[in-house]
Amino acid sequence: MARKTVIPIGPFHPLQEEPEHFTLTVEGERVVDVDMELGYNHRGIEKLAEAKSWQQITFLVARICGICSTSHPIAYCNAVEDLCKVEIPERAKYIRTIVGELERIHSHLLWLGLAGHFLGYNTVWMWAWKWREPVLDIFEALTGNRNHYDMLLPGGVRRDIDEKNIPWIKKEMDEIKKKLDMITKAVLDDPVILSRLKGVGVLPPEEAKNYGAVGPTVRASGVKIDVRKDDPYAAYDKVDWDVITCENGDLLDKVVVRILETFESIKIMEKCLDALKEVKGEIITPIREFPPGEGIGHHEAPRGETFHYVKSDGGAGPIRHKVRAPTYVNLPTCKVTAPGCQIADAVIILAAIDPCYCCTERVGIVRDKKKEWLTQQDLVKLSWEKTERLRSKYAR
Amino acid sequence: MNNTLFSFLVFPGFLFIAVIGLLFMGIDRKLSARFQWRMGPPLWQPFVDFMKLLSKEVVLPKNVNKPMFFLSPLMGLSGVIVASLLLFRAPLNPQGAFIGDLVVFIYLLLLIPLSVILGASSSGNPLSSVGGSREIKMVLSYELPFILAIFTAVLKVGSLRMGDFLLYQSQRGALFLTSPSCVFAFVAAFLVIHAKLALAPFDIPEAETEIMGGTLIEYSGPLLALFYLVRAILYFTLTAFLVFIFWGGITFTGWGAVLSLLKILLVLFLVIVVKNINPRIRIDQAVRFFWTRVFVLSIIGMGLAIIGW
Repeated sequence: MARKTVIPIGPFHPLQEEPEHFTLTVEGERVVDVDMELGYNHRGIEKLAEAKSWQQITFLVARICGICSTSHPIAYCNAVEDLCKVEIPERAKYIRTIVGELERIHSHLLWLGLAGHFLGYNTVWMWAWKWREPVLDIFEALTGNRNHYDMLLPGGVRRDIDEKNIPWIKKEMDEIKKKLDMITKAVLDDPVILSRLKGVGVLPPEEAKNYGAVGPTVRASGVKIDVRKDDPYAAYDKVDWDVITCENGDLLDKVVVRILETFESIKIMEKCLDALKEVKGEIITPIREFPPGEGIGHHEAPRGETFHYVKSDGGAGPIRHKVRAPTYVNLPTCKVTAPGCQIADAVIILAAIDPCYCCTERVGIVRDKKKEWLTQQDLVKLSWEKTERLRSKYAR
Repeated sequence: MNNTLFSFLVFPGFLFIAVIGLLFMGIDRKLSARFQWRMGPPLWQPFVDFMKLLSKEVVLPKNVNKPMFFLSPLMGLSGVIVASLLLFRAPLNPQGAFIGDLVVFIYLLLLIPLSVILGASSSGNPLSSVGGSREIKMVLSYELPFILAIFTAVLKVGSLRMGDFLLYQSQRGALFLTSPSCVFAFVAAFLVIHAKLALAPFDIPEAETEIMGGTLIEYSGPLLALFYLVRAILYFTLTAFLVFIFWGGITFTGWGAVLSLLKILLVLFLVIVVKNINPRIRIDQAVRFFWTRVFVLSIIGMGLAIIGW
């Protein structure tokens, strides 16, 4: 038997330019186990949120991630509107949908480029990112920013979309469609690429469900989950579109799902832009009262379901704000997909879930320079101990 | 000026091949950038990089085997310089070299992967040992097709002296334009020099996004500069070698010099095109590719040469 070697990916691996640490246990070139470690860059967003007002948090959560910088605000605003039982204006719904879908287009193009880079195919990388540029230009024209669009507020959106922007946005979308067509044909007819992607890193549907994976990761395995369809919000129930799924769950399907989703996003966008011509009126319903209670909201971010929970005591801000980003549940699926493959494949398998670590970061406990691993039992025990402490303190 | 120090150190010796090599690397970087719709660095960027690396300090890893770590870049450099000298001195005096210098050339080229493997394994880094083992597999897979392809040409020419290739081709025209067997051999040899240059799709031992530059991961400063120079010289020597053996040889005088430079640049261009339209393949796929397709290609070339085509 070959000797086992441990190959670290991260925390400073140039592959994914974010602080994360994968430990690949390999025999020769074959990966036998994979372990992952987060918590290098915890920023305490949830704690920060508790000290801010309801409106301010919209801009705070936009800064959780530079790529999903409208997914978190949409989910957060959904949560606040759920708390306040507010219906937002029709026009705001369409504008939210447009921004959300534009973000999906740019995010999927970004991932496509990165996937090319991870495969050592730098030409695809550069081209995909070049084609992503018009999307960012559209963002700049619509929202004032290339990234961190800050379009949303609880109750609606901050900026209206000008009628005169619609024709050129549509023209740009047609251009992107043509380019995507070209890259789809070029990439998916290439035997070398197929040999790298087909049948590699398969995530079976039942395992996908077991791990609670979301987004394109699980849709590539043929599980039809999409918050936009399952629990519609914004204008997703007002336009006609399909949830894209593939069957095999290998890397190739993850590419295909994302490319097809981009086409679908362009379709949704175009319909929403058309609808904007008819739907006029206010773009924001001012919210004055934030009653005590709880609210949940979610949004299908490019990577999967982003989930926000807020709890209010009737004050100026939430007393608890909880964020769950899609990567957090997608990441552990590597435990299924990576073992058995080669190091060369492991890299692209880890990247295939389109990980976003800044969304995912959690606290890691380091005491006396030793990392403490807390299992579920430990956490349960800690919580019992705390309850006991509280009881003994207040019991009499 | 045939056997003076000048011919060893300046032309066509070390300085000449180093300068042209770095220039070729610059062409590769610039053209690749244009393929990828980038501006790219200026042509002289490799010179700047090289000079900068020379002025940096060497960082030694903890578990390093020092003598091996220091000697292996020197070994690679000396290997590639002597090999290049054999190649580029042949046009000056075709009958001057000893018989069998072609075989020596092929052997000397092997010193380069050997030095990379030694350097990688002496650095004590797990990623570079993975890179080293990949390099070993690559050498094992591409070396036989390469030798078969070269010996197809040897069969046609009937000599193991590089100078005789020049004479033969100047009398009867370029090998791969006149004989079908050498077309196969040329294609096989082209793929192998692509792998020897460690460019995509065969940049497996280095694989920036998988094992972070693998074999060279622990090298820094002047030692890295030496490996950089070896790679740069290889760009020139290998493309020139291909032209030398299969495409009419190279000369340094008159219009022939311009023509041979154009041929070499065309081969370089082809290398860059292949590099930019392919993703990296896995090591097992690379081994299979060389042992089945390229091997069969070179065997066909050999067979055709034996029956006299």
